Amino acid sequence: MSADHPMAGVAPEPGVHKPDPVLISNGLQRSFGGLHAVDIDHLEIQRHTVTSLIGPNGAGKTTLFNLLTGFDKPDAGEWHLDGGALVGIAAFRVARRGMVRTFQLTRSLARLTVMDNMLVAAKDNEGEGLWGSLTGGWHATERANEQRASGLLVRFGLDHMANEYAGGLSGGQRKLLEMARALMMEPEVVMLDEPMAGVNPVLTQSLLSHITGLRDGGKTVVFVEHDMDVVQEISDWVIVMAQGRVIAEGPPEIIAKNPAVIDAYLGAHHGEAAE
Amino acid sequence: MDWASVLVDGILATIGPITAAYAISAIGLNLQFGYAGLLNFGHVAFMLVGAYGTAITVDLGGPLWLGIIVGILAAALLGLLLGLPTLRLRADYLAITTIAAAEVIRLLVRSSWAQPLTNGVFGIQGFADSFFDLNPFPPSQLYGIGSLIVTGRKLWVMLVGWTLVMLLTLLIRRLIKSPWGRVLKAIREDEDATISLGKNVFAYKLQALMIGGSIAGIAGILLAVEQQNVTPDAYLPKITFILYVIVILGGAGTILGPVVGAVVFQFLFFTIDALMVNAQANIGWVGDLLTPAAAGQIKLVLVGVGMMVLMIFRPQGVLGNREEVLIDER
Repeated sequence: MSADHPMAGVAPEPGVHKPDPVLISNGLQRSFGGLHAVDIDHLEIQRHTVTSLIGPNGAGKTTLFNLLTGFDKPDAGEWHLDGGALVGIAAFRVARRGMVRTFQLTRSLARLTVMDNMLVAAKDNEGEGLWGSLTGGWHATERANEQRASGLLVRFGLDHMANEYAGGLSGGQRKLLEMARALMMEPEVVMLDEPMAGVNPVLTQSLLSHITGLRDGGKTVVFVEHDMDVVQEISDWVIVMAQGRVIAEGPPEIIAKNPAVIDAYLGAHHGEAAE
Repeated sequence: MDWASVLVDGILATIGPITAAYAISAIGLNLQFGYAGLLNFGHVAFMLVGAYGTAITVDLGGPLWLGIIVGILAAALLGLLLGLPTLRLRADYLAITTIAAAEVIRLLVRSSWAQPLTNGVFGIQGFADSFFDLNPFPPSQLYGIGSLIVTGRKLWVMLVGWTLVMLLTLLIRRLIKSPWGRVLKAIREDEDATISLGKNVFAYKLQALMIGGSIAGIAGILLAVEQQNVTPDAYLPKITFILYVIVILGGAGTILGPVVGAVVFQFLFFTIDALMVNAQANIGWVGDLLTPAAAGQIKLVLVGVGMMVLMIFRPQGVLGNREEVLIDER
């Protein structure tokens, strides 16, 4: 990390304050029965960075995603996006405010064309209201959205598929479509839940370059990932979760050497066993 | 065997006002099921509420036009009442609630408790005179081409019925081809994904349920007006399932599907019916073998077999897109 990097000088410790956080959460808790799925005192996500969220299975990463995006309700806690409180805000409104998520299992709208998948994501289309759809007058908005969608489809290499059903795409193409579709909403923060799961190595490289491309285009990216090599390659910052808590955070090269992280991944007594 | 008269009977029934009413009701169901993916298993209740809303209003001394408005609004209100508590939950809850509500409403209407208003099992008759006063055709004069002959009364209801079918089809076409319709289809494909794209899925589902319900209300009113009669036991759950057959047969999620489905279904149904009657009268051994009651049962069996054959060879329905059916939903 170079000295002029925005994260330079930020201490690598859980809950640390960042120079320009876009997302801040306080006292977030969610239990399922006796299990504390998420229990995080304080967490900040730095604007215009790629932050990866790692941790063993069951660490609470997806639950945290669901809470932050309004798909699940916390038992306690509050969080802000760009200063606006998101407590008790419905998931669709969170998305409109600029925090868009994708899902672990790709959710392409199968019996809609690729282009329609893109267009449905566009915001503020007056033709989406019942009255507006009947009176017409939405065609100009639609043309503008189609142009923007075409541009994104070219960028993600899907332009030749625009008029195919999304259900006819390969698994990798669906991942790309989901990412392109999220961008149609012009979000501030993009939350990607395991974008690399079940993707071949060539496509992984392509997805990674798209993720860094998002950051360079002025978005904040948070993504869940298992593969440490992938995380090392593109993250500006890494947050490690285990058993619902943030156990470490910091730049990737420091996190990779953090004994607490190695413990979480490999078990607490690996060192002793080896001795 | 008089094949010509079998065909004439079949066609006459197919172009009649009942087919138009079924087509209208199916247009409403198609909006809910074919486009929004809502499992409304109580569609017949919307027809009942529309028909009774009209009949009761007139019975209480109101004009027919007011009755029609009351009927349509009552059907929309039923959609609101059923949708508010269930549409936030998983799809199965709407299915369970609607199927139960439809029977509860029918039994309520036929109960002695509601008799002062609904006249119980006997229903309400003769409330649509002012509709027939508007009939420009002399009611008992015969109109037709060749052997296809209808009375002036029937022609009037047919004209109004099929005009409504056309207008409602155009309305649905405009809605579905707009961004509003695209959101509805997105919800059918994946609710959570549509929420993640910033759409108020609950509001869209409620709108679809209410609009589809009002359209079913119109169908119920048309049927009631044509028969000048509402009775609770005309609104059995099997009507809902016939409407599902019609929607799927024509092609769920297509604009003309419900109309084509209604025509094909009614043609199959009434032609087979005419065939059985004709065979009994004209072919000696058929008449000896089958009592009229048995013929009625066999007719239903044959209709069922016909549906199965269609579904095996065209699972997407008459108008559906085969490619859409073959998409595997991962």
